[in-house]
Amino acid sequence: MRARAWLPAAAVLLGLLCTWELSAQWHVLSDLLGIRDFLIPAPTDIAAALWEDRQLLADNAWVTFREVVLGFLCAVVIGVGFAIALHLSETLRRSVYPLLVGSQTVPLIVIAPILVVWFGFDIGPKLAIIALICFFPITVNTLDGLRSVDPDLLKMMRTLGADRRQMLGRAELPTALPFAFSGAKIAVAVAVIGAVFGEWAGSSAENGGLGQVILVASGQLLTARMFAAIFVLSVMAIALFSLIALAERRIVTWRPGAEPRRS
Amino acid sequence: MLTKSGAPKMGPLDLSGEAPGGPAAGASVRLDGAGHSYGVLETIERLDLDVAPGAVLGIVGPSGCGKSTLLELIAGLREPSRGTIAVGAETGSDGRLALCAFMPQRDLLLPWLSAIDNAALPLRLAGSTRSQSRERATAPLRHFGLSGFEQTRPQELSGGMRQRVAFLRTLLSGRPALLLDEPFASLDAITRAEMQSWLAGVLSEQPRTVILVTHDVEEALYLCDRVIVLSARPAIAMAEVEVPAPRAEDRAAAVTSPEFASMRAGLLGELGKGASR
Repeated sequence: MRARAWLPAAAVLLGLLCTWELSAQWHVLSDLLGIRDFLIPAPTDIAAALWEDRQLLADNAWVTFREVVLGFLCAVVIGVGFAIALHLSETLRRSVYPLLVGSQTVPLIVIAPILVVWFGFDIGPKLAIIALICFFPITVNTLDGLRSVDPDLLKMMRTLGADRRQMLGRAELPTALPFAFSGAKIAVAVAVIGAVFGEWAGSSAENGGLGQVILVASGQLLTARMFAAIFVLSVMAIALFSLIALAERRIVTWRPGAEPRRS
Repeated sequence: MLTKSGAPKMGPLDLSGEAPGGPAAGASVRLDGAGHSYGVLETIERLDLDVAPGAVLGIVGPSGCGKSTLLELIAGLREPSRGTIAVGAETGSDGRLALCAFMPQRDLLLPWLSAIDNAALPLRLAGSTRSQSRERATAPLRHFGLSGFEQTRPQELSGGMRQRVAFLRTLLSGRPALLLDEPFASLDAITRAEMQSWLAGVLSEQPRTVILVTHDVEEALYLCDRVIVLSARPAIAMAEVEVPAPRAEDRAAAVTSPEFASMRAGLLGELGKGASR
């Protein structure tokens, strides 16, 4: 059943790869557009680069992976923290929420170099950039979840003697959990992009992460290596996304918002 | 063989050790000239009520007449705009909140908790540990015909079972006054009839002051000692009916008797008048 669900996507991917491979082998694009062959490496060239540069890619992937995971965890803490604070305080919601929205309109590419100036080439600015783009979907979704709680449920809990903290912990946060997971899935997919931006803005040349590998390879016209690094980044993002989806299935075992079954 | 409650009887219902200060048999509920308005919209004009400890009062009325608001007022979720409301000796909303348990129309079970954890919720809120509260809820849950369903999530339970879990949750709060807002409205007719006789049985074992809001005149007359008919908004009490022998063992026989039919006709007549006031 699961294998069958993946089949159409796999078939499309395979078709695209074959077309790509053949057009590269037959120089279709280079002849058609008058560009040189090495600019568009064939999938087999990329595969070869993946193998030959495996040590370089693995070392740098580990650097990027650490940035992504740590930055994402910061974003979860900050994002959920903001959501709870905004949920509990009407004043904060009115005063701070618009600023949070505003923070997302500032282009990241501009922010990244400033953070590098402030924090140096270390992991710090990368974490800051990742957290900055990742916290927002988590905050927005979690806040929506917290606010979606049935007001009758809160009334019922009040008559059973629940205080504000208990209502938050026993009714509002569990209700918001599936929403928070949706936000986290969006966030982790963009976290990888954030890490690359951070590395582009400034990294040490040695083990600067996959973003740095792409930047250096670009200067050396090593297109196959660039594509190989992009491939590793995609795999990383998909793996992290799947990991969160799996955690969600394990933790949210009830059907959110399920209607009661009629007897 | 199933008993009238549709659940196997296993000795008297044991809710021992529930309320701080001993099991509660009921608290009186008094309304003196209580009224309520939302801004300019007057929902309740004026109500005077006196419910003795352990009595079951039914409230029927046309849709939108402020019945649910009335329960929220009594429960202490709101303050009346005029007049006073007392539960036991408590007239403040916090005091009333501590004496009343409110069971809304929908069961509002928490979908992430098992049946037993849902029933034991008020014990957890009061500070018991998970194992203590489960232990306390186990026997009453069995008594309510839910043995084998302790670990089941609400979405896997039938409507009647969910309602029983919700009612046990209300009982386990240990509050002397129970405010039931159309508790069986979402059930089908057969399950509703079963649940009514089941509730009659529970109330005879565990007397509490109950205020039952319902659309269902038959339900009110079967379960309550006294039924009050409210008018359309702004609500006043149109009529009051004393029920001579409520909560009869044999529900089917009770609700088909000629006396019951005439009481029902009388109440329906009052409801019709109240709706067009």
